[in-house]
Amino acid sequence: MGRYILHRTGAAIATLIAASIIIFAFIHLIPGDPVYVMLGDGATPDQVAALRQRLGLDEPVIAQYFIWAGNALQGDLGQSVFFDTPVTQVIAEGAETSILLALITMVWIVGFGIPVGVLAAVRQGRWIDQGLSGLAMLLASVPTFWVGLYLILIFAAGLGWFPSSGYPSIFEEGGLSNLRYLVLPSLALAAPNAALILRLTRASMLDVSREDYVRTARAKGIRPSRVVVRHILRNALLAVVSAFGFTFAALISEAVVTETVFALPGVGRTVVQSILRRDYPVIQGVILIIVCLYLVINLLVDLSYRLLDPRVELE
Amino acid sequence: MIETIRSSTRLIAARPLVAIGAAFLTLIVTFAVFAPWIAPFGPDAIDPVNRLLPPGGGHLMGTDHFGRDTFSRVVYGSRLALLIGVGVVVFALGTGVPIGVLSALYPKLGRVLMRMVDVLMSFPSLLLALGLIVILGQGVFNAILAIGLIYLTTTARIVYGVALRLRAEPYVEAARSMGAGTWWVVTRHILPNMISPLMVQASFVFAFAQLGAAALDFLGLGAPPDVPSWGNMLAESRIYITRASWLLLWPGLMIVLTAFSLNLVGDWLRDRMDPRFREMVGK
Repeated sequence: MGRYILHRTGAAIATLIAASIIIFAFIHLIPGDPVYVMLGDGATPDQVAALRQRLGLDEPVIAQYFIWAGNALQGDLGQSVFFDTPVTQVIAEGAETSILLALITMVWIVGFGIPVGVLAAVRQGRWIDQGLSGLAMLLASVPTFWVGLYLILIFAAGLGWFPSSGYPSIFEEGGLSNLRYLVLPSLALAAPNAALILRLTRASMLDVSREDYVRTARAKGIRPSRVVVRHILRNALLAVVSAFGFTFAALISEAVVTETVFALPGVGRTVVQSILRRDYPVIQGVILIIVCLYLVINLLVDLSYRLLDPRVELE
Repeated sequence: MIETIRSSTRLIAARPLVAIGAAFLTLIVTFAVFAPWIAPFGPDAIDPVNRLLPPGGGHLMGTDHFGRDTFSRVVYGSRLALLIGVGVVVFALGTGVPIGVLSALYPKLGRVLMRMVDVLMSFPSLLLALGLIVILGQGVFNAILAIGLIYLTTTARIVYGVALRLRAEPYVEAARSMGAGTWWVVTRHILPNMISPLMVQASFVFAFAQLGAAALDFLGLGAPPDVPSWGNMLAESRIYITRASWLLLWPGLMIVLTAFSLNLVGDWLRDRMDPRFREMVGK
């Protein structure tokens, strides 16, 4: 197990270093002088020189990378050109919204995807399975922002049950009741991902149910419901757990769009706005943090998978 | 011809939903090819007097905030949908297949290339596409490259896996031991056996390219705003959704039905595929 942890962690760090080089190179791949692009045509030579110095663009490229990466390791991701505040602060301001949105979405995904996937598998081939599998494929084919706009149209503009946009912090007036602002966005975000988990649960349940030990369990006369829960589901969930890393990446991607639809003050919308504002340090910082998170989550998924299923070996 | 009709009727009987999906895709292609004859108005024909008209009368799907005919724009939009889909598939397969095959044939090179693919896969897909758009600038062609880059990675992974298995097949080893060169093995044994996994991958990539392009359009970072793409139509309709909800319905429905049809066809192709490779493709 020790060797496994070491090997996986090493691979994750290597990937992170490579990814950080790409993220760093990003600012140099933009055509034209990034300083002029960021400041616009009206910039004075003094401003240009000041920003160039602040971004460290006077140094040789390789030195620039080490300065940038060294600062990032110490928690300094540079200054936002648009807000003139540290990038970490810009990200921290969006973090609450994005983290809560992701958590609520995961509740929908797990609460809907897994039980419904089990139901479809248990009723394999029947109309309910075909209906649910068809629904899953349909949900996977729907753009999240379109679902979001319809949710706004029906439940916010039409019925008035939920607010249509924005999100005041739960630490401000309103407290936990402010979570109602995240109900519609999380549902829109959950739709395609719940469909994915549903399909995966179903497929994995069917795979496991062909195993010898399941047949043995049935032959011993164990109650069918107990076979499904204890023997099939417990093992089938392994494959579902391993998909959580992938689900997280999908959530991040779609959160960018969802936060824009619902005008949520999250990290995803910050990315889009930073692109439109050409605030490159913020884009770099957000992407670096997201890649780190993704690698950490995948590492944890890998390790927990190994704990749950000792048969897994290094490739 | 008769054989085609026979196999079509078999498909309709066995998998009616797949047949409907295939029919819808045919409709989209027809729309794209014959757009000027099918659309009653030009896609950009402005008619300020008839703004935001509901469906009916002379306008089958109503009009938008410039009085442009929604049906005509939907019909012209299928051109862009096809262009994006075909472009992304060509780019993803055109780069992913060589990378995957070379990696499988030359393990040392393969370790480097597959590592690079892993690194690209550690970026959430839409952020990878957005990053590329920032570097390349906005536009239809650049959107194709940006979305293609996402599916380059998944395609290369799948091709690598399939090619590794094929390389170990007895008939490939037999050919090699009889002195067949790498080129011969690739063109005679590896690529021909890869066609069905690639067709499955192509249909899924085509489907997800639609969703990716729509998301880029919606964020204002895809096709230029004057291009009648379904994503742009949705982005523009956003402000008017309470007054003119039909503007939200039609372009969205086209995206959903196109992606859904392609997913159905992809699933059907996968079910018909060699079971050894089945678990490798699609998600």
